[in-house]
Amino acid sequence: MSYLADSMQVPVEREVSRITQWMKQYVFHEFKRRGGVVGVSGGIDSAVVLALSVHAFGQNRVTALFMPEKDSSPESQLMAGEVVSRFGVNFIVNEITPALTALGCYDHLMAAIRETFPDYDPDHDKVKLVLPENLLEKPGLNVFSLALLREGQPEQRKILSPRAYLGIVAASNMKQRTRMLNLYFHAEKLNYAVIGTSNRNEHDQGFFVKYGDGGADLQPIRHLLKSQIYQLAKHLDVPQSIIGRTPTTDTYSAGSTQEEFYFRVPFDLLDKIWLGMDRGMCTAEIAKDLDLSEEQVDRVLADLLQKKRTTEYLRTIPLSLEPIPPES
Amino acid sequence: MPEIESKIQKFLMDNFVLSEQLDQLGFDESFLENGVVDSTGILELVFFVEDQFGIQIDTSEVLPENFDSINCLAAYIRRKQKVM
Repeated sequence: MSYLADSMQVPVEREVSRITQWMKQYVFHEFKRRGGVVGVSGGIDSAVVLALSVHAFGQNRVTALFMPEKDSSPESQLMAGEVVSRFGVNFIVNEITPALTALGCYDHLMAAIRETFPDYDPDHDKVKLVLPENLLEKPGLNVFSLALLREGQPEQRKILSPRAYLGIVAASNMKQRTRMLNLYFHAEKLNYAVIGTSNRNEHDQGFFVKYGDGGADLQPIRHLLKSQIYQLAKHLDVPQSIIGRTPTTDTYSAGSTQEEFYFRVPFDLLDKIWLGMDRGMCTAEIAKDLDLSEEQVDRVLADLLQKKRTTEYLRTIPLSLEPIPPES
Repeated sequence: MPEIESKIQKFLMDNFVLSEQLDQLGFDESFLENGVVDSTGILELVFFVEDQFGIQIDTSEVLPENFDSINCLAAYIRRKQKVM
């Protein structure tokens, strides 16, 4: 096993205990809440957070909320149902398509997509946002394209205009923000806290919606890389069907993997390169350990730093000109 | 200053709200390393180049060596104009 593969290993039993103690301390003692609400997506992160919440609060003090909308994959609901029945918690399915329709989400989305593909038909065509393919294979800056999938035709891709890109992002983000609103509705009704599901890859690289999926009271897996979350998932008995599922955004109608939408490198390698950077290893050491070229490692490191730098705004809480004095 | 470089610099000043930063940004200095452009900024640069210089840009050409400084971008534009 390489040094980085070995260093990626988490002492899972101790880590689960450390996280759940912290969750109990904050939710019960600091926030004075009686349990937790978790938004489940059918993916591995929310499954692990649900399992951790059950360990921390007990299954009778956890509510799982699944909030599909018309562009969600039908597979997601099956997976969410499977994980919820595995952990035996209260399950609420809240279809958010009517709310999003009333907010104009789909109309805004259609208008923005038609700036790039004027003949886009939302009833028949599917779309997704993508970045250039695998960064390990080819260099390239993070320039977003829109991919259109139409039955019987090859996929079309066009670079987005800045206006179309911002329009698509703003409309799509209404989905995550509507989910956050529902999570807080149920949390407040039950006197629970909202337990967020962001991991370190998402948080540090800016792959979340500010006040959407980034809106929560606690984020118990935010310090863990995706590869480490898989280790926790196995220990916590998350269903194999979820562990084996490719991580997706489940935001756009065409369905896109997180790798093609944002990260551009398979998680397994991305996380090891990241860990090498954390450990202060130089490019040559990381490259040797992972059997990559120095150029490939440099490309990934530059992309990691660039995404972190340009998404600082997302991680910034509302600012105040002066700090509030502590209680006297 | 050559016309292309001057147009790029004006575009950056007009659109990236960083006139103070630009005073210190040399023509060979990296947009990325200096935090000049983010994911929206790179799209703005691509569309500025297509619109201002009448060239078509393929995703595969949006590389650091073509888009990461005023001089890189100007050289790329000149190369594209030659083959038009």
